[in-house]
Parts: sequence; structure tokens; C-alpha cells
Amino acid sequence: MDGFLRIEKLGKAFSADRPVFSDVSFTLDKGEFVCIIGHSGCGKTTILNVLAGLDTATSGHVFMDGREVVGPSLERGVVFQSHALMPWLTVRKNIAFAVESRWPDWKRDQVSAAVESVVELVGLTQAIDKLPSALSGGMKQRVGIARAFAIQPKMLLLDEPFGALDALTRGTIQEELISIVRKTRQTVFMITHDVDEAILLADRILLMKNGGDTNTGYVPGGLAEVIVNPLDKQRTRGTLHHLDGYYALRNNIVDFLVSRAKH
Amino acid sequence: MNASLFKSIEFRAGVVSVLIFIFLLAVWHALTLPGPAVVTPVAALSAEQAEYNKLMGKTTAANGALTTAKVTGFPTLSQMGETVVKQLENPFYDNGPNDKGIAIQLAYSLGRVGLGFLIACAVAIPMGFLIGMSPLLRRAFDPFIQVLKPISPLAWMPLALYTIKDSSISGIFVIFICSVWPMLINTAFGVSSVKREWLNVASTLEVQPLRKALKVILPAAAPTILTGMRISMSIAWLVIVAAEMLVGGTGIGYFVWNEWNNLSLTNVIFAILVIGVVGMLLDMMFARLQRFVTYVE
Repeated sequence: MDGFLRIEKLGKAFSADRPVFSDVSFTLDKGEFVCIIGHSGCGKTTILNVLAGLDTATSGHVFMDGREVVGPSLERGVVFQSHALMPWLTVRKNIAFAVESRWPDWKRDQVSAAVESVVELVGLTQAIDKLPSALSGGMKQRVGIARAFAIQPKMLLLDEPFGALDALTRGTIQEELISIVRKTRQTVFMITHDVDEAILLADRILLMKNGGDTNTGYVPGGLAEVIVNPLDKQRTRGTLHHLDGYYALRNNIVDFLVSRAKH
Repeated sequence: MNASLFKSIEFRAGVVSVLIFIFLLAVWHALTLPGPAVVTPVAALSAEQAEYNKLMGKTTAANGALTTAKVTGFPTLSQMGETVVKQLENPFYDNGPNDKGIAIQLAYSLGRVGLGFLIACAVAIPMGFLIGMSPLLRRAFDPFIQVLKPISPLAWMPLALYTIKDSSISGIFVIFICSVWPMLINTAFGVSSVKREWLNVASTLEVQPLRKALKVILPAAAPTILTGMRISMSIAWLVIVAAEMLVGGTGIGYFVWNEWNNLSLTNVIFAILVIGVVGMLLDMMFARLQRFVTYVE
């Protein structure tokens, strides 16, 4: 536990008496992959946006590497749910835009070398000079991931990156993501709705509870449980469901989502 | 030529266009045919009466019958054709202030439109950026835009003439004032509706404001801005004719008015056609530019 990323008593309220979530505290170690699961409206995306510096919390603090996060930074790469590629730029130029932002004084051939290597990483060398509109959903999201990796951030934030993809494509890209993350020992915080995805990718899984009205009044949402993934580190999608402990883990998370996630 | 060419919708539409054109010419021709001469037998005229009739364009036959050729005064097709050929043969002649070739007049008009339009671009696009990016400025400027936008640009003319004291520059000012609103409104709208996610990407990449404006907001809003420019240009081309009629001197609008004073309807019709063709070419130019900046999401 080196507490590379520390989240302390984070809370967000759009109306002061009914905060969406409050008192959310957790840490991420360097090289750790953490997934967060919860129903819609529990504030997952708000937490991720606060970590990215795109949103501000009502209360609490976020520290990365001992410094407080107060705004967006090149030290945290973000992969957006809707891939967020600029449709008027080719794959190459979309990624070059990120690379040039990170290293403004790089020469043209340095930039293009960096772009080409990261495009190769996600297997899109063939499509490097295409516009996003000519790519499939899965390819677009690969470009989004490549763009986040291209700036060599200290950590990655992924906002449900595979939500809009079909199951087959999702599986392939998940495996690609695992292999890149293992290779680069990247620290990752990811939102997902998919229990198997969380089990496959995450070292730890954070379960979030929605806020709601109880007999004693409104209770804000927050972090309900943290599950450490006990499965073998080298697990793959193909063999995941044969591992001992897989079903116990999966049932636990599904039970949480069905019965314990709401007040 | 293969059969599919004749079947293509463009080809068939072209044929119909040509037929409509021929039909319109035929209608024109039919309506301007000289009518049958009306012969009025008249008792013997005095020499003075015969002289008067001659002055009125009526001829007195030897037998004293009066012949009146029935003409509408509207130019016939052949007269029109002569004028077109004459104008196109020498579009650049310059015989002094009231007699210049059509190309010279057009050049004056296009010059005024171009200059007024460019100044409008230089004002409207940066201002549209500011208004589009700042909700506060948008609200602050809104009443001014709403009041100034519906004013006919010609209503500014007396004020412009009084303050600027130069008819040509006043014309340019009128073009400026009519071009500025559609561009301003479209730029502000385009800039304010740039997708949040692209701006988020720029923020997470710590892109500096100027670079963000040029590399993210400008290309994202370019199709909307170009639409505004296209609307502005078509309005400017409508307004220049009226403005030049008012201030006179040079330009295609002045040409129309001058030929009306000369009662040369063929020249007026020719100028009308030229105005239409040039307006179409200007619009096509902007349609091209628009295609160039449009992106598919």
C-alpha cells in the first residue's frame, strides 16, 4: 500500500440536503487496476471526472503522488465512454494532437514515431490514415485507448470504455487492454457495468451504493464494499470461468448489485 | 454514349431544364410579336395633321388611311440577343462616368461586396467566438443583436453617408452591416455547441486556450460558421444592388438604374441575368468551401 492515488472523504451534492454520494475514501497503489461498479446515478462518473480534474467535488480531496488534484493534467490519461475522437482528424492526427500537447517541442518525426508505435500497440496500423467515421466502434475505442497511452500518463482513467461495444469486440479489446497494462505496469481506474469485465481486469473491485430514502431519512450513496480479486493474476478471458473462486466472487458482486446496492 | 447516361436523372433533368428554357423564350417571343397593323380610314387630312401623325409614329398612306403598328414596347428576343452580344463582345469598355462595360461595373460591385464581407468576417468571427464561449457575454450582447439584426441595411445609408461622406465607402459599410449578423450568430452558435467531450479531451491534454480555439473549437464549429458566411454572402449580394442604386456612380446596381433612365430595357434585363448568375457562382463557391470543412461523426 503506497497510496499513489488517495481519495479522501469525497462528496458531491447537486442539492445541499441530498448529496449523491459522500465520504468516499479509497486509495490506489502504483500499478494497480481498480474497477468501480454501481448502478446508474450512484456517482461513478462524477468520481472519475473529479479524478480527471474535469469536475469538482463538493467536499473531500484527491491526491496523486502526494499532490492535490485541482484540474485536468497530462499525468492522467482519460478514455471517454464515447471515444471522443475529433471527427475531422485522421487516427494519426488525433493521436498526434495528444502527443504534441504532451511534448510541444518534439520534432515532426519524433511525434510520428510515437504515434505509430502506439497505434501498432492497439493493432490499428492499417487504419492509421483513416477518419474516425470510417472505423467500427471497436476500432474507435482502440484509438481512444491509444491516445490515452500515447501521452505516457502516470495513471489511466477509463469511463466505461467498452459499454457501447458488442460482446465479441469487447472481449478482444479487454484482452488487448490487459496485455498493454501488464506490459506498461500502468495504474488504472475504470468504471464498468460488466461484472465479468471487472473480475477479468481488476485487482480490486469497488462496489458503490446509490443514495436513497430510508425510514430514518435520506442516506447518501457511497462506497459500500471493496473486494480484493483472489483469482490468479495471469487469468485470461477464456479460462476465467474455470478458475476456483470465480463463481463465488461473481455471485457476491451480482448479489450486491441486485439486493444490497440500494437503500 | 451509353444508354445509362440517357437514363440518369441528371441527364433527364437537364433535358427538362432546356425545354423549360425554350418554352420561356417562346412565350417571350409570342408576347412581343408586333400585332397586325390597324388601318383607320380617315377623311382627307390637312398637311399639318399628316405632319402631326408622322410625329406620333403613324404613317399616312397615299389614300389618306392611317396605319398604326401595334407594339408593346417590351424588347423582342432579337433585340435582347443583340444587346447580350454587344455587352459580351466588349465588357471592359470605359466611356466615362455613365458608360462603362458590364465587367467593370461587376468588378466595382464585387469589390465592395468582397471588402465589406471581409471586414464583417474579421469582426463577426472573433466576436462570435467570444460570445459563443462566454454565457455571460452571450446574454449581454443578445439584446443588441436582436435589435440590430432586423434593421434593413439600407436604413443605415443616410447615417453612413453623413458620417463617412463617401458614397463608395458607405456602400461597403452597408455590406458590412448586413453581412455581420448571420456570421456572428452562426459563429456564436457553432462555438457554443462544440461537443463537451472534445473540450474535455483538450482539457485533459492541458491544451492552451489559443491552441484549443484554433485546433478544436474552430474545426468543430467550421461547418456552422461557413453556413453563416454563405447566408451573409447571399444577403450581401442582394443588398449591393439596392445600395448602388441609391448611391449611384458605379456598380451593377447603378448600371441597372442608369439603363432604366436610358429606357434601355434590354440592358436592364441583361444586368438582371448577370446579377443572378454571379449570385449563383458566389453561392456555389461557398458550397464548395462548406464541403471542405464538413466532417462526418
